[in-house]
Amino acid sequence: MVAGAPVRLARVSHRFELHGQPLPVLDAIDLAAEPGEFIALLGPSGCGKSTLLRLIAGLEQPSAGRILMRGQPIEAPDPSRILVFQDPTLFPWRTVRQNVALGLETRGVARTESARVDAVLRQVGLDGFDNAYPRQLSGGMAQRAALARALVNEPCVLLMDEPLANLDGLTRIGMQSELTALWQRRRFTAFMVTHDVEEALFMAGRVLVLSQRPARILAEIAVDLPYPRHRGSPGFAALRERVMEELGLLAQW
Amino acid sequence: MSDLARSADTTADEASDSIAQVPRRRLWRCGLAASVAWVAVAALCRYWPDQGEVGSTALLSSGLVVIAVALLAATAASVRIELPRLRRAGPWLVALPVLLGVWELVSAKLNLLPRPFFAAPQSLLEVYTDDWARLAESTLHSVMLLATGYIVGATLGFLTGLAIGWSRTIGYWVHPVLRFVGPLPATAWLPLAFFVLPSSWTAGVFLIALATGFPVTVLTWSGVASVNAAYYDVARTLGASQRFLIMKIAIPAAMPSVFVGLFMGLGASFAVLVVAEMMGVKAGLGWYLSWAQGWAAYANMYAALIVMALMCSGLITLLFRLRDRLLSWQRGLLRW
Repeated sequence: MVAGAPVRLARVSHRFELHGQPLPVLDAIDLAAEPGEFIALLGPSGCGKSTLLRLIAGLEQPSAGRILMRGQPIEAPDPSRILVFQDPTLFPWRTVRQNVALGLETRGVARTESARVDAVLRQVGLDGFDNAYPRQLSGGMAQRAALARALVNEPCVLLMDEPLANLDGLTRIGMQSELTALWQRRRFTAFMVTHDVEEALFMAGRVLVLSQRPARILAEIAVDLPYPRHRGSPGFAALRERVMEELGLLAQW
Repeated sequence: MSDLARSADTTADEASDSIAQVPRRRLWRCGLAASVAWVAVAALCRYWPDQGEVGSTALLSSGLVVIAVALLAATAASVRIELPRLRRAGPWLVALPVLLGVWELVSAKLNLLPRPFFAAPQSLLEVYTDDWARLAESTLHSVMLLATGYIVGATLGFLTGLAIGWSRTIGYWVHPVLRFVGPLPATAWLPLAFFVLPSSWTAGVFLIALATGFPVTVLTWSGVASVNAAYYDVARTLGASQRFLIMKIAIPAAMPSVFVGLFMGLGASFAVLVVAEMMGVKAGLGWYLSWAQGWAAYANMYAALIVMALMCSGLITLLFRLRDRLLSWQRGLLRW
């Protein structure tokens, strides 16, 4: 089992070009993630949280600053760091099994390592759906399949961009527990973008509150509640109030 | 599974035709009606005298009797075995002899249609029995020419579309050429092609390839260009190389659109095939048609038209079968 990797962001800034004008999205982000840490990124929509994940994944290069994993700069995407999107983005022409095996296929080990596909499908509760096509899956099952597709590569860093935002309320609560349990077993370093304060507090060890675009880190809140957590506990309520205050939403809430 | 359970299972699929739990199936009554209709039209052929010499009347009526007997046998068997496809075709099997009877009446029996231009059913039958060798050879020629041109055109079109869709540089150079030359009907090249190319056969291949290539290129290109960008992001984070992205993401994602192009290209290729065969290539069904017209052999023309319709329809069916196999992951495909 591959354990989590340390990730360091040093003065990372990023901007896009929009109609010829520079649009700054990230402003000097400093962040150090311990191996196996679970960090939630919370902030207003459109603030650049997703961009931050894309930079860590290596899909884009930052305009300024450095991003290091295990001390090495991140220059290209790599199966050791996997991004899971809000939309499951399964490939509709591949069965669940073929979708999950894609990362093994790109490295030419799909045949020899097929047992890993079985194991990870079992882990996310999709055993028996190997040969189903994505159109035959419900939203929750599709997101599980997307998660399995990431986990089969045994990533040291899992980047999740609002992974549960498209699910219905009940499925979502179930998946939050499952995902947390999965992280506890595997101990990858996890980054999760979310809009849901409870979700962040329920799952993460540290919650970073980001500002409006260009995003800066406004506050850092350590969540030192033991797992499994309970949304009704007094400690949970106190932390929720603190996060709401940092987001400037306490009065309306 | 017990026998009883199995028969309940098979009949459940066909609830409208039989009642579950009953081992004896309902008699195929439409089949009975059909065989009566085929016998009736056979009798009409045989016992109502033709006006003048129109063709193999006796052979036609014997053939119709054979069909009637086969349908009667199927009707008798229908209480024992499953005949879902035949049952579905039932109404058509009744309508066909009725239409044939009307055709027979107005042509051979009552002579209501002007003779040389409209042929009787038995005249067509005579063409098939007497001239089958030439028809078969013409069909073979047409199929070979069409297949060669279509495969060349579809392959080149697919590769061009893929290249334009994938590479911005190639798109920059090829796109204007495609926009300028592509919409030109392939038949406009006909005089030039027969003049420049070494043989009329290569000219035919060139024209058919051109007609096929344009829609295949455009739709492959549009298919590749409209692939969801998130698919590439996902595949890249999973370690995909450029080659993997093209072969395993771009091409499969573009396939539904490619098949629309292949379908349009096939339709265009039929049109060009016939024109090329009539104008320059001295073989094939198109040539047979104009040859028959030259001899005022209208029955031969109708016979060739029917063969051509079967050929074209068969090829389109083949393409749709291929699509259904390759794109089984899609929902709600149009049935051909």
